[in-house]
Amino acid sequence: MRKDSFLYRVYDLYADGFRSMRLGRTLWAIILIKLFIIFVVLKLFFFPNFLKQNASGNEASFVAGSLVERASP
Amino acid sequence: MIQNLFLNIDAGTIDWSRAQFALTAIYHWLFVPLTLGLAVIMGIAETQYYRTKDNFWKKAAKFWQKLFGVNFAMGVATGIILEFEFGTNWSNYSWFVGDIFGAPLAVEGIVAFFMESTFVAVMFFGWKKVSPGFHLVSTWLTGLGATISAWWILVANAWMQYPVGCEFNPDTMRNEMVSFADVALSPFAVGKFCHTVTSAWIIGAVFCVGVCCWYLMKKRDTKLALESMKIGAWVGLVAALLAAATGHKSAQDVAAVQPMKLAAMEALYNGGTDIGLTAVAWVNPFCQPDYANEESAPLKIEMPYALSFMATNDIHGFVPGVNDILNGYTTPDGKVEPSIDEKIERGKKAIAALSAYRQAKFASSDDGTTAAYQLGILKENMPYFGYGYIKDKNDIVPFIPVNFWAFRIMVGLGCLFILFFAVVLAGAYKFPKGLWKKRSIESLPAWHYWVAIILIPLGYIASESGWLVAEFGRQPWTIQDMLPTWAAVSDLDAGSVALTFFLFLILFTTMLAVEINILLKQIKKGPEK
Repeated sequence: MRKDSFLYRVYDLYADGFRSMRLGRTLWAIILIKLFIIFVVLKLFFFPNFLKQNASGNEASFVAGSLVERASP
Repeated sequence: MIQNLFLNIDAGTIDWSRAQFALTAIYHWLFVPLTLGLAVIMGIAETQYYRTKDNFWKKAAKFWQKLFGVNFAMGVATGIILEFEFGTNWSNYSWFVGDIFGAPLAVEGIVAFFMESTFVAVMFFGWKKVSPGFHLVSTWLTGLGATISAWWILVANAWMQYPVGCEFNPDTMRNEMVSFADVALSPFAVGKFCHTVTSAWIIGAVFCVGVCCWYLMKKRDTKLALESMKIGAWVGLVAALLAAATGHKSAQDVAAVQPMKLAAMEALYNGGTDIGLTAVAWVNPFCQPDYANEESAPLKIEMPYALSFMATNDIHGFVPGVNDILNGYTTPDGKVEPSIDEKIERGKKAIAALSAYRQAKFASSDDGTTAAYQLGILKENMPYFGYGYIKDKNDIVPFIPVNFWAFRIMVGLGCLFILFFAVVLAGAYKFPKGLWKKRSIESLPAWHYWVAIILIPLGYIASESGWLVAEFGRQPWTIQDMLPTWAAVSDLDAGSVALTFFLFLILFTTMLAVEINILLKQIKKGPEK
């Protein structure tokens, strides 16, 4: 790839930028830990898709039943 | 319900789900406004560098960009947790309105966040790689990306307050978007966006001025402190004045489409014409007032005619109170607003018709006549669908004390910020000269600087108070008039929701503590020498 090509310059921007980070390394470590906790721990174990688990394929009927039932005296 | 939550923690699923959403939204809103506000500060600082080519301004811009970066890194993805909660804790809500509510959230992620994250890389990595002009544009586009993100999120929230551009499909059980323009450009959304963003600029400004005051107190980086303080104070003064103006517009929107919220904000039990604006009154912070039997909140100090004028642009304008809305009223121009009991009856008809329609539709024996008939009843009563879930008309009154006091905290602090930034500007420019002959802003007694530093958390308190008014004032509705919280929530075990509440409390508090720690270290380090 030629060093004056647009793609190389984009690559160089990021590569050089990440290499010369100091505070940025700490922040990136925090971001990655946070994303792991959010997407792997929290999402997988604590935030399932409720309708998919309980009504997969019949969401409309499930929600209709739920909404009608909750209006009952 | 709120009373139970605050005074006698209710383990019910509804209240834990509400508490969890409130907690995550409040924490998310600790990071976002500083991003929006510092974006303006760093943009102006770098513009000064571009104009003057003075390296001082380059160092100033990099310093504020560093603080922006810390806050941006800590805040990123904190909003995603709210979306998880929609799918798990609020599944009926997600299905019922997801077609409309999900669209602006999707646009935010695809367009705005990508824009922000692309140009933030150029801003941090590109000082020696791109031209000064392109770098400056990237800095402003980073802030613009964050602001456009805010636009789409506020479009979604504005739709919860004023649902427009949709039609309910009883076959799919979903509200379907019929006009993207009505949703995206709703006047409620425009007003909310302007008010929220200008209030975020206040936070960026008060943060900037507070940091500058700390440097002046420590008698270091004086030039950075004085020059940045001018930027912060100008941004703050303009933003505070704009926030006041846009707040007035927002309140007028609320008066038009959420009259109960306005009545709660003002503790207006009985409305009418020529209504005054309450400056202060005795509203017990811990219990719902007896609005049915009290004429008005005791010890009220009010500005005569001001609420009528602010709500309707007419000092004789009609403003309904809590009891008017509950019992029904007729406006002076003849418009009839039915009582809540009437709306409840019509809401029940709508829900019964929905059930009958679906049974007829999916029954092989029906020739379509019954379904068509029930569909007609449903459509006629659909505007009151949410009221079918209300057992007692008093359930639709939000917790007045939170609305009343949060509104006053927000407005009071907003007025204080206008005065504060004006005073800072006077000191920074030594105006009037006579006042500053014997003193200068660089050598004031320490307590002056501490006032500015203490205003930083007060800025957040003002901003969060605004959100309390917006969200508590809409209760018990998740979508105004369409779906109350107890219909919207998933049928989950309260214990599991409580567990995730405390997990979030620990996670977000840790993140906040880490951010404050890193920010303080970077402020102590100061700009690059």
